[in-house]
Amino acid sequence: MIALPHLYVLGGVFFAGTAWFAAQDAANPRRFVASSFWLLLALSFLVGDRLGDLGNGVLVVGLVALATYGLGKGGTATSQPEERRASAQRHGDALFLVALVIPGTALAGTLVAKNTPWGGRLIDPAQATLVSLVLGVLIALAVVFAWLRPKFAGAGSPALVPLREGARLVSTVGWAAILPQMLASLGVVLLGAGVGKQVGLIFSEHLALDTRFAAVAAYGIGMAFFTVLMGNAFAAFPVMTAAVGLPVLVQRFHGDPAVVCAIGMLSGFCGTLLTPMAANFNVVPANLLDLPDRNAAINSVIRTQAPTALVLLAVNILLMQWLAFR
Amino acid sequence: MSLLGIAVLVLGFVLRANPLLIVLASAIVTGLAAAWSPGADASTYVQAGTGTLAAFGKAFHANRYVSVVWLVLAAIGTLERLGLQERARTWIAGVHAATVGRLLGVYFVLRQVTSALGLTSLGGHAQMVRPLVAPMAEGAAEARYGPLPDRVRFAIRAHCAAADNIALFFGEDIFIAIASILLIKGFLEQSGIVVEPFALSRWAIPTAVAALVVHLVRLWLFDRRLQRTLGAKEDAK
Repeated sequence: MIALPHLYVLGGVFFAGTAWFAAQDAANPRRFVASSFWLLLALSFLVGDRLGDLGNGVLVVGLVALATYGLGKGGTATSQPEERRASAQRHGDALFLVALVIPGTALAGTLVAKNTPWGGRLIDPAQATLVSLVLGVLIALAVVFAWLRPKFAGAGSPALVPLREGARLVSTVGWAAILPQMLASLGVVLLGAGVGKQVGLIFSEHLALDTRFAAVAAYGIGMAFFTVLMGNAFAAFPVMTAAVGLPVLVQRFHGDPAVVCAIGMLSGFCGTLLTPMAANFNVVPANLLDLPDRNAAINSVIRTQAPTALVLLAVNILLMQWLAFR
Repeated sequence: MSLLGIAVLVLGFVLRANPLLIVLASAIVTGLAAAWSPGADASTYVQAGTGTLAAFGKAFHANRYVSVVWLVLAAIGTLERLGLQERARTWIAGVHAATVGRLLGVYFVLRQVTSALGLTSLGGHAQMVRPLVAPMAEGAAEARYGPLPDRVRFAIRAHCAAADNIALFFGEDIFIAIASILLIKGFLEQSGIVVEPFALSRWAIPTAVAALVVHLVRLWLFDRRLQRTLGAKEDAK
């Protein structure tokens, strides 16, 4: 059965490869800082099991220190534009087909693993989508080499091309690549320290939520605000719902818990659209699309999303007011 | 006192520190604050600090599956080298009805509908936006208005990323087995309230409709703005 441990080995090899190519990138004055960063991440994937909890914590400190110092900006050495245009003409729509192999396999693998007994033996059903996604990557690469038979001019060994090109793109993403993993870990620590209950106390002591609309607005805006801080509506939801959602909206004003929670979560999503802490949605695309303001706190992806997000936050508050108390 | 960690998040935000640093500092401060007491000596804090660091390291290690998705970039990078983006540009230039707004509108609807069916992995910035959607949107604008000023090119790219995010967020909650719905169900169960996933997911539909309407209007306005700024120049020639 293919499960997470196999993906961790692949991930470790991928990040080790990124470290290798980053060290050779003469265009980046901080290439050894960048290389050390990816090497530490590779170590976490390959030997993290043997480091112990504190060892992994120290490894995180190393990653954070390197990222704070700065990974520099690498060159983007790849094929020349003329080569790519010629190649695009030669392969035509076959390129689209191969690109669709990845989501196609992710979808088919997930369905097969969850619904058939043999699929469940091949792919770990608990992690079906992730395993299938990675299988899709491997199948797509196999199709590239077997069907398109590409000629990679001046790239060294063709077998290393996927690693080299993947390293190029993940270097573009930079330290933002591990922010989601960091936020998930912060959530664990905050939960352990009982932060949710404390926030609830503050809301109940300092805000007079005596009208229904004030309480609805406080819950919706609070969800969006905590999501902006924590980068994740999932982290904000238990905090705000334990603080305002259940005690005030459901128990005091007799709101329908299903409506309150469903629309509360969506109010949080409006916050996700507004924050650089939601790195995989707002910072990663700015890096991948090479936007000039990608390092600004409020980059152009967030600014483009803001009007829709703010209108929808208002819509959510009104919807909750109308739908939750019938 | 345990709220000091939240204060660190706010402070880091205001000071624009590196988000990784903010997150780690917030975790450590939360741990230290929890150990605070009037008579505590230094060794108590050292112990609390290392304990929190160990808890963070354990969680970081357990959550490394989150970062496995970057493997996708190996395949995308290889296809880019073979000219995937260039192919997407040429293809869209052949579709004469295509405008940036219409193309992104179609992508928005497709992304929202497939997300509502639980197919969230069909889109995404690494898999779809960078290799296909952004080159197509730029290609559609170039076919209409000729070479684009950088400012316009970047505005179009930002709109591509925004369409993917918004369609995903306000589509996925309609599907009953998505993480956020399961999180709500689990949380309410702990508080003694039993709800069916379907009872939750259907209340995501009104917001989904609102998101569709609001964003399609904005894309239409974006098209008009492109026509006003770039189209006029084209006519003048």
